[in-house]
Parts: sequence; C-alpha cells; structure tokens
Amino acid sequence: MIKTTAKKIYIVLIFIFLYAPIATLMVFSFNKSRTRAKWGGFTFQWYLSLLGNREIMQALWNTLFIALVSSLSAVVIGTVACIAINNMNKRRRAVILGITNIPMLNADIVTGISLMLLFISLGFKFGLGTILLSHITFNIPYVILCVMPRMKQLNPSTYEAALDLGASPVLAFFKVVFPDILPGVLSGFLMAFTMSLDDFIITHFTKGAGVDTLSTKIYTEVKKGIKPEMYALSTIIFVTVLLLLFLVNKAPKEKNERRI
Amino acid sequence: MKKIFLLFICSAILLSLAGCGSSSSGENGEVIVYNWGEYLDPEAIRLFEEETGIKVIYDEFETNEIMYPKVEAGATEYDVICPSDYMIQKMLENDLLAELDFNNIPNAKANIGVPYWEQSKEFDPENKYSVPYCWGTVGILYNKTMVDGTIDSWSVLWDEKYKDNILMQDSVRDAFMVGLKLNGFSMNSTDAGELETAKNSLIQQKPLVQAYVVDQVRDKMIGNEAAIGVIYSGEAIYTQRENPDLEYVIPKEGTNIWIDSWVIPKNAPNKENGEKFIDFMCRPEIALINFEYITYSTPNDAARELIEDDDIRNSSIAFPDLSQYQNLETFQYLGEEADRLYNDLWKEIKSE
Repeated sequence: MIKTTAKKIYIVLIFIFLYAPIATLMVFSFNKSRTRAKWGGFTFQWYLSLLGNREIMQALWNTLFIALVSSLSAVVIGTVACIAINNMNKRRRAVILGITNIPMLNADIVTGISLMLLFISLGFKFGLGTILLSHITFNIPYVILCVMPRMKQLNPSTYEAALDLGASPVLAFFKVVFPDILPGVLSGFLMAFTMSLDDFIITHFTKGAGVDTLSTKIYTEVKKGIKPEMYALSTIIFVTVLLLLFLVNKAPKEKNERRI
Repeated sequence: MKKIFLLFICSAILLSLAGCGSSSSGENGEVIVYNWGEYLDPEAIRLFEEETGIKVIYDEFETNEIMYPKVEAGATEYDVICPSDYMIQKMLENDLLAELDFNNIPNAKANIGVPYWEQSKEFDPENKYSVPYCWGTVGILYNKTMVDGTIDSWSVLWDEKYKDNILMQDSVRDAFMVGLKLNGFSMNSTDAGELETAKNSLIQQKPLVQAYVVDQVRDKMIGNEAAIGVIYSGEAIYTQRENPDLEYVIPKEGTNIWIDSWVIPKNAPNKENGEKFIDFMCRPEIALINFEYITYSTPNDAARELIEDDDIRNSSIAFPDLSQYQNLETFQYLGEEADRLYNDLWKEIKSE
C-alpha cells in the first residue's frame, strides 16, 4: 500500500519536473500583460498577433523547411554510407566510424565557426542554402549512429539469397535489406529532425542577412525581452506534437481491435 | 568517367543550394542592415522601401560580442550596423569602419543634439564614423513603498537595511561600474589598485544582494519582489508604467551613459544606400515612431519636440539634463589584458 502510493508520488513528481516549465509558458501565453510579474487578464490577443506577424511566421516556415529537407537528405546520405561501412573490413570500419563520430562530440561553436570559414573561403553567398548544407552536415553522423546497429544485425545471407534468385542489387536492397533497417532509419530521421529544429549556434554562424529560424529569432529578442507571441507559438507547437504523439500511439491499437 | 560525372552533379547541387539564399533586390538596389533585436519599428523599414525603392535586408543580433566575429570574418557584408559605444571603439581600432560622408546624411547634424555628439567623442573622437541612434543611463530603480529617506547614491546598495532586497546586474562591466563609481574612480579604470578596491566593495556587498540578474530586474521590480535594483533607464520607463510605485534615479557619484550608434563597415557593398538609410532614420517623424516602438531615449531633439505626451517629453528618466550630472562616462574598450583582469576579479567575487 505504502509502496504503491510512494510510486505514485514519485511519478507525479517526475511529471511536475518535466512539465511545470511548459505549463507556466502556456499559462503566460494567455496573459494580457507583457510581464510575467502581473496577470493582466485572460486573452487570445498574442495568438492573433502571432498570425499577423510576418517575421515570426517566416522564421517558423524556414525552421520546418530546413529541418525537413536537411533530415531527409541526411537520412539518404547516412543510410548509403552505412551500406558502404558495413561492407568494409573491421579495421577500416572502426576508423571510418571514429571519424563520423567526431563531429557529434565536437562543440557546436567549433563546428559553426569552421563551417562559416569554409563557406567564406569557397565564396558561398550566405543564406538559406548555407544553413541547409550545415544542417545536413551535422545530421549525417546521427543517422549513421542510428542505422549502423540495425545494419550489423542483418543476416547477409538473405541479401545474397535475393541476388541468387535473380533480383537486381537495388531491388534486393529495397525488398530485403530496407524493411529490416527501417526502424533505424526512422529513428535516425527523427533524431536529425529534432537536432536541426533546435540548433542555434551553427545556424547563427552560417545564416545570411535576413534569414532567420525560430531559435535565432527568439535569441535576438533577448535584449528587449521575449514577446508573448513566442509563448503562444511554443504552446501551439507543444500541443501539435502532443496530439501527433497521441494519434501515433492510438492508431495501431484500433487496428488490432478491428482484427479481433 | 562515371565518378567524374557524379562529382560534377554533386558540386552542381551544392552550388545551386548555396545560391538560393539570394533574393531579388529592389529597383534602386538594396541595403543590408544589422541591428539589435526589436530595435526598429518595422513600419520605418516599410516607409523607407516605399520612398526610396531600396530593398532593406534586415538582420538582427543579440549582443555586441556575437555581432563582432560575424562582421570581422566578413561572412555577410553588411551596409549599416548599430553597435554600442565600446564596440564601435574596438571596431575602429581594428580598422573595420568606413568614414561617413555627412553630406549624404544632412538630418544627422541637423536633428541630433550637441550633447550626444560630445558624448560620442569618447569612442569616436572626431565624430566621423558614427551617428547616435539610442542612448540611456544606468541608475537605481527603487520601490517608494519599500524604502525610506532619499535615494541618490550608489551607497544605498550597501545599506544593511535592504538586505536581500537588492538586485545587482550580472555582468562584469556593469557590476564594476557600480563598484568603481562608489569609490570615486573612473568606470574605465585599468588601475590594479582601484579595481582591487572595487572588488572588495562588491564582495562586501554580496551578502546583501538578493540576486545577480540581467533581464529579471524588470519583472522582479514590477512584481514587488525587491526594493532596489540596478537597471538601464530604457527599462525604467516601462517598469514605471506597469508599477507606479517605482522611481528611477541617477546616482550623484555619476554613472554609465551608453550610446548605440549607426556605423558603416569598410566592406559595405552599398555604402551610399547605407547613408541614405541612416539619414532616413534621423528624420524627426521616423525617429519618433522608433522611439515609441523601442521606448529607449532618442538623441534626436527634433523628434523629442514631436512627442505628444508631456510626461514623456519632459521625463527626467528618458531625457535627463546631462549638464546637471557629473562623472557621466561611456564604456571604453580596454584591451584584452584589462578584460582578463576584470574577468578574473569578477570570478573572485562570484566564487567568494
């Protein structure tokens, strides 16, 4: 009895730790007053002015576009790299994996500044393109990290069997190998997506004038205080993600029930 | 052969990606502006584009320190930048700024008050490189209902009565400014002895301080969470509007007067458009809408005349009579060695 109540209290505490900050932010997104010290009354005005704020909306689309395109590109490049790495001998594989792991351990600021210097020396024009290239760059190691273990578990004989039965290498890959590594590819994609979504430092150094993502946009507001529109936007994003998770977790259950 | 072809495709994709950041420019070219976040009414940009046909590419930074490496490396070539006093001095020392042609900026000399040009000489000795845009002071914000007696000196921050009711700025130079001014030294001091004295004062003050904060001074004072705080004057007007019990004062020992000014870097691709932009920002009507948007004091005397609200136009917070105060100083760039000395002493204070 005591044990179960203790368990429950523990769970509640963890949830408070995790969600109290987000709950606070959501409450303040409905606050009429701009300061957190005063409750000025309930209002939807920040949500309305958010929709009318071109800069924030543009930053939101930039963020989503960069996250989606960079993680998709990284998934393709990373998965192809995994196939190659998997077919190497042990020593070369260890060396290559070591090299791909270094960028993950590297401090963001080092990656950011070195990418900036590289782009300058290559004469690139800074803008959305340079952000995209750098996001693809730092996303690839995460994809390899997620796909590689799946790759190692594969039974090489199934692929060879497909070839023996007359499938072309590409067909054999998509019919036999790909379904097996799919969970790894998906988690690699999600990881890359989130990494890209909340990156600030690298984006800051590789962005051009007038191109902003949400993280750089929010950061520039630091001097004058963050506007409540940002609270409203964060609330919307949080609720959307929550709904998506809810739907994803709910969907397979319903299917199973129907089958029964 | 195949490999070469693949390499070619890859590089073509890379180059096209890199190119897609460029956008179409206006009929009369473009101007690339690098300013503090939330430091310009978007309406002013719209009016400028409408009138001149010059497209404004607007970019924002959050601290001088984060702006500097981007400009120094030349990642993006900006036309107009708005750094603070000491950073302008540093950029001048490193030969990053272009001399302005004031014939293209007639509104600057016409509308901006003489005291601000004088004050600017501390970092731009001949007024050749910068045009003041915003300015303010650092002072004490106090809650009338929570203190007694007149407050006019930094020494109130050392008063045992207000233990756990004092908010200090959590940045090296701002904190040392208070410590140095209290002891009657220059806030740009590099003298080891003077800095040591200031350090000891700040250590002595530490038990009385409720918190070292940056932005939170604003919210904490509005919420009656502290009696006395060190704050920038631009924030003081806003806090007073939210909580009428608050009062701002410039201490008699003198304080920091800061100025953020427009400058044009040496590598600016559209220098003339940049000067047009600066000139436009110095127009009284434009300076007025920017003042109303930012609420930081404007050095533009003609714009001040246009303010309709008497309380604001004559506010001693927004527009203190500078001649009445002594020892007003502007931060200077002290060089790397002095920076290190300050940081080491600050660490000693924080770890005490």
